[in-house]
Order: sequence, then structure tokens, then C-alpha cells
Amino acid sequence: MENNDTENLIEVKNLKINFDTYAGKVKAIRDVSFHLKKGETLAIVGESGSGKSVTTRSLMGLNADNAEIAGGQIMFHGEDVLKKSEKEMQQIRGKDIAMIFQDPMTSLDPTMKIGRQIAEPLIIHNHVSKKQAMAQALEMLKLVGITDAEHRINDYPHQFSGGMRQRIVIAIALICYPEVLIADEPTTALDVTIQAQILKLMKELQEKIETSIIFITHDLGVVAGMADRIAVMYAGKIVEYGTVDEIFYNPQHPYTWGLLNSMPTLDTQSGELSAIPGTPPDLLDPPKGDAFAARNPYALKIDAEQEPPFFKVSDTHYAATWLLDPRAEKVTPPEAIAKRQAQWAKMHTDDGELVRPATPLNTADNLDDSDRE
Amino acid sequence: MAENANVSNDAFEPLGKEEHLDNEKIAAPSLTFTQDAWRRLKKNKIAFISMWILLAILVLSLAGPLISPHQPNNAQPAYTNLPPKIPGVHIPGLDGTKAVDGGRVDAYQQQHVPSGKYWILGTDYLGRDLLSRIIAGTRVSLAVALIATLLDLTVGVGYGLISGWRGGRTDMIMQRIIEILSSVPNLVYMILLLVVMRGSLLSISLAIAISSWTTMARLIRAEALTLKSQEYILAARTLGESSWKIAWKHLIPNMSSVIIIQTMFTIPSAIFFEAFLSYIGIGIQPPTASLGTLISDGQKNFQFLPFQMWYPAVVLMVIMICFNLFADGLRDAFDPRSRE
Amino acid sequence: MAKYLLKRLFYLILTLFLIATITFFMMKLLPGTPLSNESKLSHSQIQMIYHTYGLDKPVWQQYLIYLAGMVRGNFGLSFQFDNQPVSYLLATRMPASFQLGIQAMIVGVLLGIIVGGIAAIRRNTWVDGTMTIISILMISIPSFVLAILLQYYIGLKAGAFPVAGWGNFSYTILPTIALAGSPFATTARFIRTEMVDVMSSDYIELAKAKGLTSTGVVYHHALRNSLIPLITLIGPLTVNLMTGSLVVENIFAVPGIGEQFVKSITTNDYPTIMGITMMYSVLLVVVLLITDIVYGIVDPRIRLQGGQS
Repeated sequence: MENNDTENLIEVKNLKINFDTYAGKVKAIRDVSFHLKKGETLAIVGESGSGKSVTTRSLMGLNADNAEIAGGQIMFHGEDVLKKSEKEMQQIRGKDIAMIFQDPMTSLDPTMKIGRQIAEPLIIHNHVSKKQAMAQALEMLKLVGITDAEHRINDYPHQFSGGMRQRIVIAIALICYPEVLIADEPTTALDVTIQAQILKLMKELQEKIETSIIFITHDLGVVAGMADRIAVMYAGKIVEYGTVDEIFYNPQHPYTWGLLNSMPTLDTQSGELSAIPGTPPDLLDPPKGDAFAARNPYALKIDAEQEPPFFKVSDTHYAATWLLDPRAEKVTPPEAIAKRQAQWAKMHTDDGELVRPATPLNTADNLDDSDRE
Repeated sequence: MAENANVSNDAFEPLGKEEHLDNEKIAAPSLTFTQDAWRRLKKNKIAFISMWILLAILVLSLAGPLISPHQPNNAQPAYTNLPPKIPGVHIPGLDGTKAVDGGRVDAYQQQHVPSGKYWILGTDYLGRDLLSRIIAGTRVSLAVALIATLLDLTVGVGYGLISGWRGGRTDMIMQRIIEILSSVPNLVYMILLLVVMRGSLLSISLAIAISSWTTMARLIRAEALTLKSQEYILAARTLGESSWKIAWKHLIPNMSSVIIIQTMFTIPSAIFFEAFLSYIGIGIQPPTASLGTLISDGQKNFQFLPFQMWYPAVVLMVIMICFNLFADGLRDAFDPRSRE
Repeated sequence: MAKYLLKRLFYLILTLFLIATITFFMMKLLPGTPLSNESKLSHSQIQMIYHTYGLDKPVWQQYLIYLAGMVRGNFGLSFQFDNQPVSYLLATRMPASFQLGIQAMIVGVLLGIIVGGIAAIRRNTWVDGTMTIISILMISIPSFVLAILLQYYIGLKAGAFPVAGWGNFSYTILPTIALAGSPFATTARFIRTEMVDVMSSDYIELAKAKGLTSTGVVYHHALRNSLIPLITLIGPLTVNLMTGSLVVENIFAVPGIGEQFVKSITTNDYPTIMGITMMYSVLLVVVLLITDIVYGIVDPRIRLQGGQS
């Protein structure tokens, strides 16, 4: 991903991470590059095991003991995070980069009052007095929408519902006003209606706190209303990235097509959802060529031989598929994708201005309308 | 970016259906649950060595009557309290000498032992061969432990299965009983029972089993409760399989790791209690040897002939240590959470 | 909470009643009499002695008298010590046992927490390995072997502490160490497992993500969450100490309950055996009740639900 902007807050370059297991080295991250600009939301989308979480955990230096950084750089404020000592990382964690985890039911310490848990990062990083920290924690608790915060600050986690607990986790993450917030599937464990509330809250808070967000999810539907840009990951690599509109309306990679096709939209008729056949490859021994080839109905012969490079679609949109090579014949994408692309063409009027379609395809705001499981 | 690749033009033809790429291949060797556990156990060197030591001890103690140099209960008043002697070895402590007033005296000469007669680990206060007694004692101790564990297993698994599987009122009553039983110190059962029944191999095993089966029953009940709600058990029930068959075919095999691990922890505790009870004099009764009675006998002469207690004590500790290490290793091997 | 306590109290009394009954009838099954030299005595003498111990009444009356006495803390008269009430015997022997037991519990549990905690934090390093070996050794060495070794090598050979007997504090040191072995090893292993479990939980990862130092993570989050379940271990540890005290007190000639128990067993002093049995049971039942209540107070998750899981 080439990008010469200096305003990049985070720049990941050619990151490679292996995991040592009894069976051998699992190549979990195979040459991943991306960047995050100030104030934007980047969504990293992919199925489980594609390496989303590993990538973001390495931003914080929180990978498991058997993880080995095989190469690459993670630049944050011009310094390589991977070269930092544990002590230096501790100063970044929670202060500059904060994280929200998937399961709010287990991410809070069951034996500590929530106020104390929220105040903890402040006490460590900003060296404020306990009293002051608790006052700020109370403010934050109100900000994330806990009613009767004055009383509930002295409650224990088990006294809150899942959605409330995720609000508390968000409060913990935001208490130091971090520059980057990593949200690792923050809504996956929640009910659909609660999901929408949490997403809305995150958007609101992002504006107030001016933080950049890396949003990890396996659910494209969740990111539609949330993200500015999307990176699609498959088998430890980014296969396509672009702005939300580019990914939703003009996807190029067959894997992205598959993801979009397996997601219900407002105009999906019943029975139309299609799953991507097969399973991701075993990263202990990644296949030669394109890792997606075996599941790809549009696979070319070269996919079995060589990994595709990134082809430029626009200044902000790149996809790693041989289908974009000028030598490859044009293929007709699945019907639903073709529809999207047609819409894309309509949205781009002659003068190149972007016109959004009247009905949003699928955004967080209408999540509760769609009856997804 | 895309200008690499000196590829032939036909490379961009669609990949035919017949050229299907094998994606489902799993690179890691595929292992069954048992194989996987075995692999992890083997990787745990300490547990693996412990297992072999235990097997060796077991074989030696079983082969005892064949390899024992003497009769374990054969008292020879002329040859009491002889120190260990191995012919040809001249290390103090193994050459038939004992410490007297700072010097070493050949005890065999003092007691006029005919030359050629020797006891590898010496003799006890009645002139019995210590080595033969230790071998016989180990066999008795292991026998008690195994019988007790077997009883514990049968009662505990049976009780736990019924309680967990039947559920409802039966379960409630059975759990109350366990609750009451486990608030009595197990020591109390054992001692009362042995005071009434007098120590014998069977009564000791029974006493130990009675005081330890509740742990097993609780574990099994918890497992049964979890398994009961699993789909495949529901399926078996829907298909009309009898409870007995389900228990044999589905429940017990799926509980095997819990059962095995708990058993491995029960055995050393049974060995300990046998030794303990025999040591305080209500366990195995003389002249039969067990590790507990040997330690108790040895203690009497500890100040002058420390080997008489050291040897059986070392055997007991080695067995206990090996069982504990092996059980630890097994637990780790069976616990998928510890999988690396 | 009050309802829960009442229920627990009911079970407590039921348990004790059952133990008392079983103990009583088991003792009745025994052929033994209080008289070791019955044949030498005349019929009237035997009658008189039987009358003293209440053995001339029908069994059911004896049972009721026994129960009624027990409620008032009266366990009858010892066979071994002529006409001495068992309760008096126990009272004189309780202080030594309690002192040793409590000392051993404190030493064992504290050391166990430290060793187990260090092992968990330094998991899969040589430190962990060493700590694990130490605790396996301590769990595998029976208390009586440990006691004999301590007595001989530290007491007699090194002369560091009194070999046996009961007097000032120095007399308690060796028996305390011998008794502490089992609670130490059990606690160390328990804490290590608990901590390793806790350390892999999500809230520990969140604590790390907050920027806490590894000591901070352990001190503020891991330790507290691993220590709470330790309360449930106090009951089983009490039983361990009772078992240990039987032999350890005997070896070090400590005038305690355990030593008395072994003596009573070997001399068929049934009233004393029953008395000590009941005392042990009461002690354990009360310890279990207290630890359950404390657990409910300390763990916020249980506190709200009225103390019951």
C-alpha cells in the first residue's frame, strides 16, 4: 500500500507474523501493509482466522508468546512499534492506542468496581489523584450513556447487562482520549438491537474525542455506516482495500464479492444469500499462488502459480486479483455484484461527482430493521 | 505494480473445473483425541519418565516372590539389625559396616554371620530381609491403592452418573447426601471403620474408598449434566436408546479423561492413607509388610540404623512423586486449553 | 441471606446428629469393654464399673443419654484415664493442637500463595519448574516422614530446635513445619492453576491493553481473582491438618488432640474416640460454614445472590 502522506497516524509496512506450534510455523500474517489517517475509521474485514486480530494485537504488542514477528514495520508517530521495549509499549497502551474487545461479559474484572476499572488507565498514565480519576471516570460513564452513573460507578460488572458492559469497556478505552481506538469485533457478542446502539455510540464518541478507529469485524454489514475505508483480509493478507463506497459498490476481488453476497441487504430476496464454498487454507502451509483460488469460481490458471499483485482501481482502491490484469478476459461478476457496480456507475455522474443511492445498502442505522440472525 | 510476470498468455485462461485445487488439505497431522493426548504426554519428559518408573516399580513388586532374595516374613533372631551389604562394594553404608562411636565396625563379623551370607538392604529388628520386605510391602501398598481406587471409581462413577443423568429430585437428594458426607473429615470415617473392622487389605481399601468417592461422584455428576444437554446424547435418546446403553456408549467414553485424571490423583492419596493408617498402627497388621508398617518399624531404630526407615520412605516418596507428576502430565495432556 | 444461613444451620445439625449416631452404634458393635482385666474382677465389681459408665442400661437409653450429654458438651468418661470426663481431657489438649494447626495453616498458606504466584507469573520458565518440583515434593512426602526427618536432622543432629515435648515457642517450630508441608503444597498448586487460568482471561488482556505493568496486572487483577477461590480450600486444608496432627503430634510428643486420638485408638478408649470424632466433625462443619459465608462476602458475584451459588 503506497502512501506518502505524512499525516498517517499508523503505517503498517510488510508485516509478517508466524506462530510457533507443535506442527510447525503457522504463517498467520503474510505481508500486510495498511495505514490509518487521523480521524478516520478503517475497517478490517475478514472471516475468522484471516489474521485481523493478530494484526491489530501486534499494534499494541499484545500477541501471544509463541508469536514471532518475521518482518515488517509498524510506524506510529514515525517510530517503529515493533522495536519498542515492553516498558515503552506499556506507555502507549491505553494512552495512545486503546482497545475494545469482543466479549463484554468476560472483559471486565469481576471483582473490581467499574469506576475503579475505568479510572485505572488515568491513574497509570496521567498520574492524576484517585479522586480526580474517579471524577473523570464518572464523566466518562455519563458520556457512554450509563444512566444513574453516580450510583452505578460503585457497582460490579455482573450487575450490568452485556450492552452496558460494552459501554463500560468503551469508557475504559476512551478515558485517556487515545489517538487510536482498536475495536476488535465490539458488537459480535451483542444482540442486534444493542449492536446498533453501540455502533451509534462509537460514532458519536469518535467525533467528541477525535480518535481514529480500526474496526475489526467479519461482518461487512456492521461497517457500512461506520467506516471510511475498508481493508478486506483473507488468509493473512489484505486482498482488497478502498473507501466504503468503492468496496460496497465497485468491489473487484472475487472474495469481496463472496462476502458481499453472503450479506443480506434490504433488497435481498429470501433464499438469495449465498455462502462462499469451502474453507480458508491452512496457514501452516499456505498454497502457492492465490490463497483464494481454490474457493474462487473465477480462478485463472495463473492463480495456481503466482500470487497476484495489487492492481490499482483508483487512487484509493486496490485489489489483489489477476482478474484485473489487462491480459485476463473480463468476467461477469455474480448478479448481485453486477447490480452494485451498475449502481456505482450511476452514482458517478459525468463530472465524477459522487451521488449516493437513495436507499442505503446496509448501514448500522437500519440494522435493526433487517432480521439477520 | 502489475508489470512483473513473464507468464505465458494462456495463464490467464479460467481455471478448469478438472484442475480443481485441493484446498481442504490440512497441513498439521491429523490426530485422534487419544493420539493427541499421548503426543502431549510424551512431550512432557518428566511425566513420561515418571510413567516408566511407576511401571518398573509395579513390575518389580509383582515379580516380588520370584526375585526376592529371602522370605519377607522370615525372622532370623541371630541376624537382626544388620546393615546393608553388597559383596565387592566398599562404600560405607553398603559394605556391611555400621557407625559406632565415630568409627565403623563390621556388623557382619560382630554377629558372626557366615561369609557369603549378605543382605543387600540389611535386616530389620527381627532379622528379616529388608529388601524382600520392601518389595512385598510395595506390593501390598499398591494393592490397597488399586483396590481402593477401583472401589472409588465404581461407586463414584455410578453415583455421579445416576445423580447427573436422572436429575430432578433424585439428583437433589443424592447431592444432599454427598454434601453431608463431605462435611465429615475423611479421617474420621477411616479410623472408625478400621477400629471396628481391624486392619486388613480389604478393610483398609474400603475405608480409603469410602472417604474419597464423593470427589469422583461430584466430578462425574457435573460431566453428566453437561453431556446430557449435548445434541448427540439428545439424538441417542430420541432414537430410543436405553439409558444403560447411552451411559456405556456415550457418557463414559466422553468422561474418560476426567475419570482417568481423577483416578491418577486418587491412587497417590490412597497410597498415602495406607501408609498413614499402617503407621499409626490400625492399618496393615504385622507381620505383613507395607510401606507404612516398614516406615513405622524403621523409625524405632532411626537414630542408629537410619537406612531401615530411609529405604521404605524413599520408595514411598518415589511412588508418590511419580504418581503426582504423571497425573499432572496427564491432566495437561488431556486439557485442550493447554494445547500449544 | 438469613434464610440461607438457617438452611445451612439445619444441615449442620443434621450432619452432626448423623455422625453422632453412626459413631455411637459403630462403637456399640465393638466387643471391647472398659476393663482390660475383666476376668480378675468379681461380678459385683464389674457391675459397679458398668454402672459408672452407664453400660448397664439398654442400648437405646445409652444412646439418648449420650446424645443429651453431647449437646451439653459432655462426652462421657474416658476408659483410659479413670473417671476423667472426655470433655475435660479434650479441653486440656485443645490449646496445643490449635496453636500448631493455626501456625501451620498460616505458614503453609502464605508460603503457598507466594510460591504458587511466582510460578504462575514465570510460567514455563525454570522458576516455574523449580517451584512445581518443590510443591510436588512437599505433596509427596507424607507428614510423618517429614516429621521424623526434621526431628532427627534438624532437632537432634543440628540441635537447632527442641527434639520433642511442649514448652515455649521454639517447641512449636518443627511440628509446625512438618504440618505446614501439606497445606503449603496444596495452596501452591491451587494458586498456580488458578492464576494461570485467570491470566489467560479476557479481563487480564484488557488490563494489559490499559498499559498496566506486568506487576500491576498481577497485583491489581490476577491476584485478587485467584485468591478468592482459595477460601474454598480452607476446609480441605483443615482436614489435612487434622490428619497430619495425628502423627506429627505423636512424633514430637505434643500433648494435643491428635496424640490423644492415636493413644485412644490403641487403648480402645471408645468414649474418647467418639469425643474426638465429634470434635473433629464439629470443627470441620463450622470451618466449612464460615468459609462459605466469607466467600459470599468477598466475592461480589455471590454477594448479590444471597450467598448461594
